[in-house]
Amino acid sequence: MRVSVSWLREYLDLPADLPAADLEQALVDLGIEVESIVDLRSTVTGALVVGEVLDIEELTGFKKPIRFCRVDVGAANGTGEPQEIVCGARNFAPGDRVVVILPGGVLPGGFAIGARKTYGRNSHGMICSAKELGLGDDHSGIIVLPEDTPAKPGDDARPVVGLDDVVVEVEITPDRGYALSVRGIARELAHALGVPFRDPGLAPAPGATAEPAYPVEVRDTVGCDRFAARMVRGIDPTAQTPGWMRQRLTVAGVRSISLPVDITNYVMLELGQPMHAFDAARITGTLVVRRAAAGEKVTTLDGVARTLTTEDMVICDDTGPVSLAAVMGGETSEVVASTTDVLFEAAHWDPVMVGRTARRHKLFSEAAKRWERGVDPALPLVAIERAVGLLTAHAGGTAGAEILDLDHVRPRTPVTLPVDLPGRRVGVAYSPERVVSLLEQVGCHVTRGVDRLGEDPGTAGVPAGGADVLTVVPPSWRPDLTDPADLVEEVVRLDGYDRVPSVLPTAPPGRGLTWQQRRRRAVARSLAERGYVEVLAHPFVAGSLADLLGLPADDPRRAAVRVANPLSEEEPLLRTTLLGPLLGILRRNLGRGHRDLALYEIGAVFHPRPGVGAPPAMGVDRRPTDAEFAAADAVVPDQPRHVAVVLTGDVEPAGWWGAGRPAGWADAVEAGRAVLAAADLPADRVEVRAAEHAPWHPGRCAELLVDGVVVGHAGELHPAVLAALELPKRTSAMELDLDALPAAPVAPAPTISGFPPALIDVALVVDERVPAAQVQQALVEGAGELLEGVRLFDVYASEQLGAGRRSLAYKLTFRAPDRTLTVEEAVAARDAAVARAAERFGATLRGA
Amino acid sequence: MTYRNDPYDPKQVALLDPDALAGAVADAEQAFAAAADPDALTALRPAHLGDRSPVALARREIGALPPAAKADAGKRVNEARRAIEAAYAARAEVLDREQAQRVLATERVDVTLPYDRRPRGARHPLSTLMEQISDLFVGMGYEVAEGPEVELEWTNFDALNIPVDHPARGLMDTFHIAPPAGADSSGLVLRTHTSPVQARTMLARKPPIYVVVPGRVYRTDELDATHAPVFHQVEGLVVDKGITMAHLRGTLDHFARAMFGEGAKTRWRPHYFPFTEPSAEFDVWFPEHRDGPRWVEWGGCGMVNPRVLRACGIDPEVYSGFAFGMGIDRTVMFRHGVSDMRDMAEGDVRFTRAFGAGA
Repeated sequence: MRVSVSWLREYLDLPADLPAADLEQALVDLGIEVESIVDLRSTVTGALVVGEVLDIEELTGFKKPIRFCRVDVGAANGTGEPQEIVCGARNFAPGDRVVVILPGGVLPGGFAIGARKTYGRNSHGMICSAKELGLGDDHSGIIVLPEDTPAKPGDDARPVVGLDDVVVEVEITPDRGYALSVRGIARELAHALGVPFRDPGLAPAPGATAEPAYPVEVRDTVGCDRFAARMVRGIDPTAQTPGWMRQRLTVAGVRSISLPVDITNYVMLELGQPMHAFDAARITGTLVVRRAAAGEKVTTLDGVARTLTTEDMVICDDTGPVSLAAVMGGETSEVVASTTDVLFEAAHWDPVMVGRTARRHKLFSEAAKRWERGVDPALPLVAIERAVGLLTAHAGGTAGAEILDLDHVRPRTPVTLPVDLPGRRVGVAYSPERVVSLLEQVGCHVTRGVDRLGEDPGTAGVPAGGADVLTVVPPSWRPDLTDPADLVEEVVRLDGYDRVPSVLPTAPPGRGLTWQQRRRRAVARSLAERGYVEVLAHPFVAGSLADLLGLPADDPRRAAVRVANPLSEEEPLLRTTLLGPLLGILRRNLGRGHRDLALYEIGAVFHPRPGVGAPPAMGVDRRPTDAEFAAADAVVPDQPRHVAVVLTGDVEPAGWWGAGRPAGWADAVEAGRAVLAAADLPADRVEVRAAEHAPWHPGRCAELLVDGVVVGHAGELHPAVLAALELPKRTSAMELDLDALPAAPVAPAPTISGFPPALIDVALVVDERVPAAQVQQALVEGAGELLEGVRLFDVYASEQLGAGRRSLAYKLTFRAPDRTLTVEEAVAARDAAVARAAERFGATLRGA
Repeated sequence: MTYRNDPYDPKQVALLDPDALAGAVADAEQAFAAAADPDALTALRPAHLGDRSPVALARREIGALPPAAKADAGKRVNEARRAIEAAYAARAEVLDREQAQRVLATERVDVTLPYDRRPRGARHPLSTLMEQISDLFVGMGYEVAEGPEVELEWTNFDALNIPVDHPARGLMDTFHIAPPAGADSSGLVLRTHTSPVQARTMLARKPPIYVVVPGRVYRTDELDATHAPVFHQVEGLVVDKGITMAHLRGTLDHFARAMFGEGAKTRWRPHYFPFTEPSAEFDVWFPEHRDGPRWVEWGGCGMVNPRVLRACGIDPEVYSGFAFGMGIDRTVMFRHGVSDMRDMAEGDVRFTRAFGAGA
């Protein structure tokens, strides 16, 4: 909300020389966020004066009509001669008074004004629009001062157009609807600055009369618990909105429409009470306030025909709905240029109803914004009195003697507050007197002891009874104050948050990170040390991704969680594999000129629970039972944490040491092994074997198993996938489900033998389709306990070996725990190892 | 062989002559000094210390001496031999050292050659900062709590005192999960904050509760320089007997000092959060800001609303609590002078590499 300080001053005795910074601090200290404070006095520099247009010469031959004007600026230009100014606007005539900035002046935005030649004439200064002066968005023409403006040519124009003010723009939190008004902000400032405040909401207003101002029937007193109205007849329909009112509306960002409508907006900004002005001649019969019928239609003031639901409320006359209640008026009953009889309406609506209607119709009007946040139900008659007074003062007419007020507002429930609760919650020893005094400042009615009649243990949440309790009736403008905790906040807020001391609580001893949390860090660190760069990709993916990745029709990764309101309709799904978004980031990096890339991500993937509906409804008045919560939680998608890498280009760059080494399938598999090693899973529980799994190359894909369970895949990506994703050939990847990994065992210490090892190399010739991992496994099994280590050091194929055969060369290390092995023992163990490989795979010793 | 040649023939014992021995020593020293390298020196060894060397031959002649002279002669031979051995060793040491130095000189390389053969990777600063903050609180006895990113509306909103029609719910710019076929609502959202983990923690544990919650959260903001649809928060929750706002301030002050140095301080501004009452936003004084020392908006905090405690089965008559939270992306931005949110989201390796593997 934007409001001018001069308006606040009408109800608040602000010090005349209050610096803008102090004003800002006062608001901030009370929880009102200050977006900006603009001192309009300093936004325009130089001579900004009132001028009177003497004559206008129309210049033709240009793309648009241009005027060469002579303007009387009094003695402001030093000569008293008329000022010659070229102007593109057309909304003025000789005799009009306008606002002129003379050469040497500077407009907001640093726009310096000089004398210059334009459209073939010399122009000395500029005639200004409201927008050029920073007074709003109106750039439809230059400012023409109203006839009754008491200013003569040459006068400083700043006070005339409102540039002698300070404008504050504040952001109001959703609980403080009352602060969306001059009244509310002034009240808050009165608290902060300790200056007198005259509450315009308490201004005297006559009560309802026996005869109604207009026949009105409220059929839903829950949705509308108060409805007040009064008529003004015989106004001058040509009456203009006074300049000062228009300025204040402009500052607030409200467009001036007509005097009656401007008055309703002005009163809303001043008091916080949204209002409506009907043209009495354009409504017929009794006004009925009710819920809409399903499918009922109303065309609102913005020209949109809206279809209503039974939750919306409408105001109807004999012709049907004439207003979408509380949110926006209707076209058929609005005040028009010929209106002479105005019916002012000020009501009080159910905030939940208004909020739902506003959201349903996406109609977040200034009125709806206030209703949703809570409006003081005590205001309607005061607001009507204010509006009637303004209208009759500026447009004449006669206020009707009849006043309607259908008041079903229920009294506020008192809050029982233990007087020591603020101190106990805040940690500051407030005296009971201080607590009472601060609550009274806020406008609460406070009595010592329990008000048995108003007791409501349900919301009070404190034990009833006891000597040191307060019964607090919050003021009508604070619907947010319902709980003792709300009153605690008022106490600490007004007393000052800066008075809260600093005390460090002592937590009980904790258990540190869980093994899963430690493991995730170890995995991340290990991959980073291995050259992978972490990315945090957004999880939104396109429906077409599954096809691009070549996932089979029955692949579970095709079932994805869908976002109902995605940012991009192209990407409505949540990832079921990290690879999609990760490959997208890989491509972005390639697009930025990087060639050698290794990326990793650790993050959640999302798998919907098949066959589940919506979770059961749960209240908040008590804890859900474990069964209730478990039933709700069962609807939440499975979100296992995965780790993935992608790599392309050289994994080791070329350099003075020699050629580079291109990244490939083996690096991806190694990354998988590295993850499992970082997870402290012993190598003998890990298995790697060939697999066919999209989106990997069917001949270059490994599945990684722990204890015989597949936990991930690695290898080179399928050439068709790489082509579809426009990625370089041989791009490789690994993805593994971290949540599927078992806990690491407590590692048993090995026995370290001090005796020398026996080293024997063997080269085995086997069919090339026999996996090396299995040959090695056979060697390990066959060699027995004396085998300390085995390492494949060469893989070799040649014509001599024969087609389809290859040689696998292993270095075997044998060692005994208690003696130096003899050659015979070592050879026997080697022979046993080779025998096992021979038996299982037909392996022969090369050269044997 | 002559063992008993008494009286002895001086000709047979010429080599035992003191002058002869002295000459052998002098010859050896001269020869050793002339050796240019260890190999040449080694080649000289048989001639001066071998079986046929003068001192070796002299030792054989001792047998020809009368017993009275043997001891004296033996002593002279031994002295001569030791002198030659010493000369040899001394020369060997010199030559070995010279040789080693020659080798070292020939093995000289240019150590400034770059050897970035195995480029290092890097961790994302958002990850490392979340770990750093978690560690700080773990050190104070807190535990790290986690929860799902697709979350129940109930835990994300209702349990936190954000009823379905509350304007605060509308302000959250929520991603909703599409309903299953035939249903109006899925009852699920992408969590808009890490606070649902508060509700899950309170449902699962009994007080005292001291947890810190790092995690990823979602809002329907288009990615631009200052907004992202996916960002990160860390929040803390304490529920215990007698917890006050003073404890909240003490915790935040400690946190600020641990993160930004002993000079760091915080200030509070009253604010509104449905799940805390009283509530505040807090700023931290950040002296190292790239645009000069200043207050920086850091996060939100407050006393856990008794309604939240009640919905999660904790008796607000017995327990009270505080909660606080801050945006991690924002923190990285002001701490490291990141000017564009997109740099953190787009995954350009140049950005992340600048932060290394993290400590």
